[in-house]
Amino acid sequence: MEFFATNFAPFMFAGLIMFLLLGFPVAFSLGACGLFFGFLGIEMGIFPSSVMAWLPQRLIGIMANDTLLAVPFFTLMGLILERSGMAEDLLDTVGQVFGPMRGGLALAVIFVGALLAATTGVVAASVISMGLISLPIMLRYGYDRRLSSGVIAASGTLAQIIPPSLVLILMADQLGQSVGDMYKGAFIPGFMLMGLYVLYVLFLAVFKPQQVPALPPEARTYREADGGGGYTSLGVLAGLSATVSIFLARHMAEVHTWWEGQLVTSVPTDEKVVVAMCGGTAVALAIALINKGLKLGLLSRLAERVTFVLIPPLLLIFLVLGTIFLGIATPTEGGAMGAMGALIMAWARKRLDMKLLKQALASTTKLSSFVMFILIGATVFSLVFQAADGPIWVEHLLTNLPGGQVGFLIAVNVMVFFLAFFLDYFELSFIVVPLLAPVADKLGIDLIWFGVLLAVNMQTSFMHPPFGFALFFLRSVAPDKPYVDRITRKTMEPVTTMQIYRGAIPFLLIQLTMVGVLIAFPQIVTGALDAKVEYNLESLGDQMRESLGAPAASESYGEEPFGSSTEPAPDAAAPDAAASDASAPAATDDDPLKAMEDALKKPAN
Amino acid sequence: MQALLKFSRAIDGLNAFVGKYVIWLIFAATAVSAINALVRKIFGVSSNAYLEAQWYLFAWSFLAAAGFTLLNREHVRIDVVNSRLPKRVQVWIDIVGFALFLTPLCGVVLYLSWPLVVQMYQTGEVSGNPGGLIRWPVWVAIPVGFTLLMLQGWSELIKRVAFLRGQGPDPMGRLVEKSAEEELAEILRQQQEAAAAANAAAPTPPATPAR
Repeated sequence: MEFFATNFAPFMFAGLIMFLLLGFPVAFSLGACGLFFGFLGIEMGIFPSSVMAWLPQRLIGIMANDTLLAVPFFTLMGLILERSGMAEDLLDTVGQVFGPMRGGLALAVIFVGALLAATTGVVAASVISMGLISLPIMLRYGYDRRLSSGVIAASGTLAQIIPPSLVLILMADQLGQSVGDMYKGAFIPGFMLMGLYVLYVLFLAVFKPQQVPALPPEARTYREADGGGGYTSLGVLAGLSATVSIFLARHMAEVHTWWEGQLVTSVPTDEKVVVAMCGGTAVALAIALINKGLKLGLLSRLAERVTFVLIPPLLLIFLVLGTIFLGIATPTEGGAMGAMGALIMAWARKRLDMKLLKQALASTTKLSSFVMFILIGATVFSLVFQAADGPIWVEHLLTNLPGGQVGFLIAVNVMVFFLAFFLDYFELSFIVVPLLAPVADKLGIDLIWFGVLLAVNMQTSFMHPPFGFALFFLRSVAPDKPYVDRITRKTMEPVTTMQIYRGAIPFLLIQLTMVGVLIAFPQIVTGALDAKVEYNLESLGDQMRESLGAPAASESYGEEPFGSSTEPAPDAAAPDAAASDASAPAATDDDPLKAMEDALKKPAN
Repeated sequence: MQALLKFSRAIDGLNAFVGKYVIWLIFAATAVSAINALVRKIFGVSSNAYLEAQWYLFAWSFLAAAGFTLLNREHVRIDVVNSRLPKRVQVWIDIVGFALFLTPLCGVVLYLSWPLVVQMYQTGEVSGNPGGLIRWPVWVAIPVGFTLLMLQGWSELIKRVAFLRGQGPDPMGRLVEKSAEEELAEILRQQQEAAAAANAAAPTPPATPAR
């Protein structure tokens, strides 16, 4: 009995595993486990009987949680979008653009996967759309079956890591970080992952061309009257759009100065990217509209089609990510506007009816209800677990790992990798992450980095055979018996389950490589939010300068007028900016300066 | 048993009724949030009332829908072990779960929250934020939601006992024939068929050059 009392936390943890494995709904098992051990603990006198007294307050805390309010909004947006026909149009058009080159169809799948991921965050919907639309085309023209299924499943899982994704919201909530920062941190890793997929396909295109053949000419649907592909005008349009974007990005400070009516010397990178992309897209749209409206016939069918198909997703991306990154809206409001935007778009395309709306709302309601109840159950559990000094036990267990930070990260990632075989990301975020977060914090690990790392890691859970959900969804839509192709009239072999499993392996390895790269180079994540890190350096510099009484304490910060001012007001930058007037035009791309301004804007770390 | 089954059907009906209307709360929350963000940005007007209305709506939504979600068997389970057990064992696990896990959990929450709800109502406490809303309407969601959930738990319990006695249909597995994913796949397939049929009807679509 004595032994039980001193090891209460480990017993409680073992109990949790037993309760969960029973297979009763997770939310209630968690809560019941908490209650059961709470009762035991009170009876044994391990902790006072008031242990549960705070439960109603914690419940109200969960209900008033503004971050988690984004969960239903993004879910609703995804559910509406998956029925809006946007994915089909994108796949069709982008496939036409890249199809004629070797590996092009696979590249199209990756790009569309990333675009869909940046508008919604639903892996299943992406995989199903691509499995139904792209897979038959890839098979028809002789793509390797394993590669086809692997690339579709992997591109679908990009939805997990590219913002706005649900897992990042849950992660931000549980790690006590802002969703905006989590999104910014995940942005570059997400697109790096996409880049790695692209590189892999290009590698195959060069060295194994028979796996990724180009589309034959008769498979191209958008052709000019003279039989040309229309690539020239698409190229010109893209070039023009890119030029405008780059010009905007270079001169963003002037643009902002004009917009806000006051001098702005530097603009954060994410903001630059968003505004520049918007500018470029707007130009392309304007040209296409004028061309269509005045029947100028300057643009090829392909160029026109690409422009009009890309506009809805880009608009949605701006509405959601753009407003979040620009600081116009909170992630929650971004989600709400995205959901409204999706509704309007689906309605404009005549895809939205009462039945679909009710269905989407019912699915959203049920999903958010079970997610929130898992959180409620986890809260009951953690109330008791904390009273039993569970967090201290976990900390002892994990801080004693060899290798410090890196040792901890590797151990945790291996653990999460295997846990993800059985638990989905809701459960991992609400049960496992809160146990790990304090330890990570204590080891000096940046929590945004930690969260993004875990999110990339959890992505693998969709990909590993035989449990991976992406593979499961692909299996459900891939042909499982011989069929007659609609165009060629040839009988096609089915895609075997083993082909799907083996096709996933290279992409799974790429994802795991990404986890390793992120562990080795945290600046990939933290670089996007360098404010915090740089701020520490800067304040360190200030302290040194103060203590030394000498002006040149830190290399480049010393001369700047920003260095000494630490007012928390966001507009503190304005007078300072005026002071450094002379250096303004040259400073647009100056990272330290930008970082400092960021630091000034959010000094409360 | 028949009386119990009648009771169970009544609860199912109640939660289905609640579910039918509670879904619109999410819609309302989305609209309030989006419009609030737009209005604040464009006209510079905002009130904490709107911000609080969002989470009031969402809190009511997920709490009141808990029973509805359970009725639809959509609370997630970890079925690595469970799915390999014989059917009767699975049903027994659920019976034990509803009786000894869910009921006490709801009971404790109701017992702890009720005095606070009454107190909120009597004092008429208002949010500390300027322009904030009165508090008790959102607190009421806790007892309402957990009562609906507990009742649904009992209904599920009755259905499982009835199944073991051979008096009811199989209460396990999925409720709807098709999952949301299967439904999506089917709709996409239909759209493709329709597109293909349209192409077949017009063998020379305008997309191909007319040479």
